[in-house]
Amino acid sequence: MAKFTEDDLKKELENKEYEYGFYTDIESETFPVGLNEEIVRAISLKKEEPEWMTEWRLESFRYWKEMVEPEWANVHYEKPDFQNISYYSAPNKKPKYNSIDEVDPELLETFKKLGISLEEQKKLAGVAVDIVMDSVSVATTFKDTLAKKGIIFCSISEAIKNHPELVKKYLGTVVPQRDNFYAALNSAVFSDGSFCYIPKGVRCPMELSTYFRINQAGTGQFERTLVIADEGSYVSYLEGCTAPSRDENQLHAAVVELIALDNAEIKYSTVQNWFPGNKEGKGGVYNFVTKRGLCEKNAKISWTQVETGSAVTWKYPSCVLKGDNSIGEFYSIAVTNNFQQADTGTKMIHLGKNTRSTIISKGISAGKSQNSYRGLVQISPRAENARNFSQCDSLLMGNNCGAHTFPYIEAKNKTAKVEHEATTSKIGEDQIFYCNQRGIDTEKAIALIVNGFSKEVLNKLPMEFAVEAQKLLEISLEGSVG
Amino acid sequence: MLKIKDLQAGLEGKKILQGINLEVKPGEVHAIMGPNGSGKSTLASVIAGKEEFEMTKGEITFENEDITELDPEERAHKGIFLSFQYPVEIPGVSVTNFIKTAINETRKSKGEKDMPASDMLKMIKEKADLLEIDRKFLSRSLNEGFSGGEKKRNEIFQMAMMEPKLAILDETDSGLDIDALKIVANGVNKLKSKDNAVIVITHYQRLLDYIVPDFVHVLMNGRIVKSGTKELAYELEEKGYDWIKEELV
Repeated sequence: MAKFTEDDLKKELENKEYEYGFYTDIESETFPVGLNEEIVRAISLKKEEPEWMTEWRLESFRYWKEMVEPEWANVHYEKPDFQNISYYSAPNKKPKYNSIDEVDPELLETFKKLGISLEEQKKLAGVAVDIVMDSVSVATTFKDTLAKKGIIFCSISEAIKNHPELVKKYLGTVVPQRDNFYAALNSAVFSDGSFCYIPKGVRCPMELSTYFRINQAGTGQFERTLVIADEGSYVSYLEGCTAPSRDENQLHAAVVELIALDNAEIKYSTVQNWFPGNKEGKGGVYNFVTKRGLCEKNAKISWTQVETGSAVTWKYPSCVLKGDNSIGEFYSIAVTNNFQQADTGTKMIHLGKNTRSTIISKGISAGKSQNSYRGLVQISPRAENARNFSQCDSLLMGNNCGAHTFPYIEAKNKTAKVEHEATTSKIGEDQIFYCNQRGIDTEKAIALIVNGFSKEVLNKLPMEFAVEAQKLLEISLEGSVG
Repeated sequence: MLKIKDLQAGLEGKKILQGINLEVKPGEVHAIMGPNGSGKSTLASVIAGKEEFEMTKGEITFENEDITELDPEERAHKGIFLSFQYPVEIPGVSVTNFIKTAINETRKSKGEKDMPASDMLKMIKEKADLLEIDRKFLSRSLNEGFSGGEKKRNEIFQMAMMEPKLAILDETDSGLDIDALKIVANGVNKLKSKDNAVIVITHYQRLLDYIVPDFVHVLMNGRIVKSGTKELAYELEEKGYDWIKEELV
C-alpha cells in the first residue's frame, strides 16, 4: 500500500526551493560598508534632507552606539556585523513615470515574477501602489485620486521635503529613537519608506498598498513608515514583502509608526515572504521590526499579519491605547519551516478607560523550525474597565519543530478583565486519511487543514490580499503543506 | 464490483485479518457483524486503503481492477466511500467547503472541470433536504462540536453528495437515537440503486431493520465464519455469538 506519508512530505518540503529567488540586475549606487557619523550624514545628504532631519538621524546614531543588541527573544542566530553592511543603495535611474510604459522593463519583469505586475495592480480597482525597491520609491500610482481627497501618500523622503510640519510633529512619537537597538539603528540610517496622511473626517476610498523588496546583495534595508489618520478618518494600509534569495544573511530593521487621532481607524495588513534561508538553514533575511500604533480617544488600530518568510523574525506590532474607549487588535498567522525561527506577537498597552484589545495568533511550525508567540497585555492603574481577549493557537507538523507561547499579563487595575486561551494541535494522520478517503490528496488536505486553522485571521485581510496570503501559505508549506 | 480473496492484513506486526473472502455485486447490501475486536473496522480501513494497515496476503479488486497498490484518494476517486465510525474534526473548514473540495478534487482526477457553484448549491440543498439536515449545519466547522448523531448524519450527507459506487458504513448506527437512525437509514435506502452497493458494519441487528441486507456475514477472529441472509442477523440478536463459536469447535 504505497502512500505519500508525512515523511515523504517532509522530504519534498525540504527540497522545495524558494520560488521568488531571482535577482534583478538594475544599476545601483551603493555606499561602502560600515557605519559612522559620516555615513549617517552622507545618507541624509544623498536624500537632500533638511538640517533638522540630519540632526535627528545623528542623535539616533549616538543613542544606538550606546545600546546593545537584545538577546531575550527565543531565537538563535549569528549576530550581524553592523560595520560590514552597506547602509545605502538606490536604483540609479529614477525618472518620474507618467505611465507604466516608462518604467524600466526589468523592474516590471521582477513584479511579473512576483505575480503582482503593475498591469494587474492597475486593474485591481481601488489599489494604489507605492513601490519601494531597494529603499527608494520608483513608482506611485493613483496619487491624483488621493490628492483630491487631501490624502497624502508618498515616500517618507518626499514627505520630509514637502510636508516637514507633519513629519516633524509625528516622527518618533510612537517609536522613540532610543526605543530599542534596531529602532535606534533605523532612525539613524532609514533609507526610505512610506508616508501617509488622511485628513480629518476622510475615509480613504482605496486600500493603500506598498510592496517592499530587498534587492541588492549585502544591503541592509531600513524602511520607515509613518501613517497618520487624523480625527474621524479611516485608512486601510497593505504592506507586502518578498525578496530574492541570497547566501549571506540580510538584515531588515524597519520601523512602522501609526497614529490614530480621535475617532480615527487604521487597518494595517502585512504579508511577509522574505527569503527564509535554504533547507540547511543557510542564508535568509533577519527581520527585526518595530511596529507600533497610538490610539487617541475612540480610535481603533488593527494589525493583521501573515508571516511566512525570513530566517529570523523578531516582530511585535503593538498598540498603545492612550485614549478612552480606544480599541487595539492583533491578528497574526506565522508560518515557520525548515530552520526558520520566529518570535512574534504583540503588546497591548491599556492606558485609557474602557479600552479594549483582541489578540488572535496562529502559529504553524514545520520542519525543524521554532515558532514563538510573545505577547504583553498591560493594564495601567488608570485604565478602568479595560478588556483583553487573547487566543494563541499552534499547529505542529512533524516531530522536529517547536511551538512556544510566552504570554505576559500585567494588570494594575482591579476592574480589568483579561482572558487568555491557548491550544496546541498536530495535523493528525487520521485527519489526513479522512480527507484522502474523500478523494482529497495529502497536499491538498494539509492546505485545507492549515487554511481552516488560519481562517479567523485570513478573514481579517482585505479580499485581494487574502487570496495572496492563502497562496503564500501554500507556497511556504508546499510539498508538506501543499 | 468488489472482490476480496484470502485477504490477510495486520497492524504493527499483529495479524488481524486472517483470510477474508467476500464478493459484493452491484445492487447488493451486505451486513458484516461480529463481536468487538473481530476485525470489522480493520476490514473497512483496508478496503479504503489506510496506510497503517499492512496487507500481507490476498487481493482486493474493484470493478475488475486490482486496487491494493492505490492510494486512499485514488480508491475514493473510483467510487469507494467509507462512512467513518469516528469522523474527525477539521476546525475552520465548513461542511460545505469540505464537500465542495472533495467533489472537485474527485472531478479533477477524472479530468473534469469544477462543478459549477450553482449546481453544487442545488445538489447540497437537495441532499440536505433528503437527510433532513438544517442548512445552518452546513456552514459549521466539519464535525467540530457535532453530537454523535450529527457526525453520523454528516457522513451520510457526504455519501449522498459523493454518489459512490460502493459505500461502507462503519458502525453508522452507534451513537444514534432511534429517530436519527431512521433518518439515516431512510437516506441510505433512497440512495440505493441497482448500480451501487452497500456494506453495513454493525454490532446490532437494529439498523438492519431499516437497511435490509441481502447477505449477512459473521466476522470472528479475522475470518468470515458464517454467511447467511437477514434471518442470521435475528438469530445473532437472539443468541449472541457464542453458539457460532461452539459450532466452529
